[in-house]
Amino acid sequence: MIQGLAFYLFAGIAVLSGVMVISSRNPVHAVLFLILAFFNSAALFLLLGAEFLAMILVVVYVGAVAVLFLFVVMMLDVNFAEMRAGFLNYLPIGGAIGLVLLAELLVIVGGARLVPDTLATGAAPMPAVDVVHNTRALGGLIYTDYIYLFQAAGLVLLVAMVGAIVLTLRRRPGVKKQRIEQQIARRSKIEARDMPTGGGI
Amino acid sequence: MAEFFATPVGQLLWITLAILAIVTPVLLGVAYLTYAERKVIGAVHRRKGPNVVGPFGLLQPIADGVKLFLKETVVPTGSSRVAFILAPMITFILSLIAWAVIPFDEGLVLADINVGVLYLFAVSSLGVYGILMAGWASNSRYAFLGGLRSAAQMVSYEVSMGFVIITVLLLVGSLNLSDVVMAQKGDWGLFNWHFLPLFPMFVIFFVSTVAETNRHPFDLPEAEAELVSGFNVEYSAMTFAMFFLGEYANMILMAAMTSVLFLGGWLPPFDVAPFTWLPGPIWLALKICFVLFFFLWIRATFPRYRYDQLMRLGWKIFLPASLAAVVIVAGVLVAFDMVPQAS
Repeated sequence: MIQGLAFYLFAGIAVLSGVMVISSRNPVHAVLFLILAFFNSAALFLLLGAEFLAMILVVVYVGAVAVLFLFVVMMLDVNFAEMRAGFLNYLPIGGAIGLVLLAELLVIVGGARLVPDTLATGAAPMPAVDVVHNTRALGGLIYTDYIYLFQAAGLVLLVAMVGAIVLTLRRRPGVKKQRIEQQIARRSKIEARDMPTGGGI
Repeated sequence: MAEFFATPVGQLLWITLAILAIVTPVLLGVAYLTYAERKVIGAVHRRKGPNVVGPFGLLQPIADGVKLFLKETVVPTGSSRVAFILAPMITFILSLIAWAVIPFDEGLVLADINVGVLYLFAVSSLGVYGILMAGWASNSRYAFLGGLRSAAQMVSYEVSMGFVIITVLLLVGSLNLSDVVMAQKGDWGLFNWHFLPLFPMFVIFFVSTVAETNRHPFDLPEAEAELVSGFNVEYSAMTFAMFFLGEYANMILMAAMTSVLFLGGWLPPFDVAPFTWLPGPIWLALKICFVLFFFLWIRATFPRYRYDQLMRLGWKIFLPASLAAVVIVAGVLVAFDMVPQAS
């Protein structure tokens, strides 16, 4: 019973904060609600017994991605009225994406509901939580069975990173940079000497 | 009595008591950490430090607390009220909830979860939100700059901290913090602890925790000299006190994390008679104090880093070094067939 209550609590807050993300007037508040939604999704993962995924969701999305997101949104000078004006123009596209996702979810859930055997046909089903910790199970799947796909995903991310750097890198002449190696390697002209009393150098 | 604690209400009461048993020493530790800090810095400066309130100034933290409690909480006009009040609460709560997974002795841990290390890492990576929200919600340029600095700084140092933690986990083969400590148990006492085989990683981890808690010499988010007091300029009374408590509780937490990952947690340094008389929690507390002393010593000794030097250290030195260490440790473990087996 407690599990059910917890599920409805977390799911309810997740959906509510999702709605707040798209409806709040202030973009910073929107990002903060997005973070709340991430948190509640992590809690839902925990209820499923997927502890590793829950923690990774918090570390990666809340701890890193959303921080950078918040960072950028805080510095932007956004005109709220202008942003609201475009809302109706983009509604068809957003609505279409939402509908597609809904249809896909219905196909999966409906399929599993009507023909329960489909659940067992997954390529590499995860063992039960009480048999193997899901950290170990996930590691086994990713690093042995699907290592090439995993590496390919890493390469895609690398290309994206290199692309972002290429787009923003500018070589500006006349920029002064601290070269720490040179500073350390430099030998000073200052030296210590014994001075005779009453005499100069 | 035992039956009562088996009922749902009893369990709730039991957990509440357990939480109190952890939080009370932590908060007392925070109070006396501020005292210790002033005494240590005083000693380094050849001053006496606080010595007026109570014997040896021991009641100074309480006097400070009462002073902050009695002041007026000011919410600046034009600030985002909810976020402004929420920010110190988040900082304070986050610094306390992480203690749930710290093992104090064998089996003496509030939540013995399989992914304890990840939980700690997740909670410590969330600490940035309190500061970022405070900086933004204050509607003040100084506070905002402090918040931005802190966000960039904490994200940078988290990356190398994550890699350092991975090298430890490679040696342990488990994400459970109790397993991490038990993996350091051996015939050689303190020479079995992880700080020895992973000494460079230990240093990187310690410096990263200093940066992660925004302490000297990396306290740029609140650099008094240029940003007045950084992200918490606009805070007064209890809201400020919460930031303060949160920062110091975070320091103790990071020291505990260092002790558990590298200094053998609750294990005594030598497994022979006079050392085994002290119980595990005392050893953990002693190790935490040892690490904390380094925090204070560093604060009294080093000048503040410049911001570009801070970023250079994080991204150009610590990140490649820790990344290389992950590869080397994994390579050595595989080459000599020392990979920890599934338990």
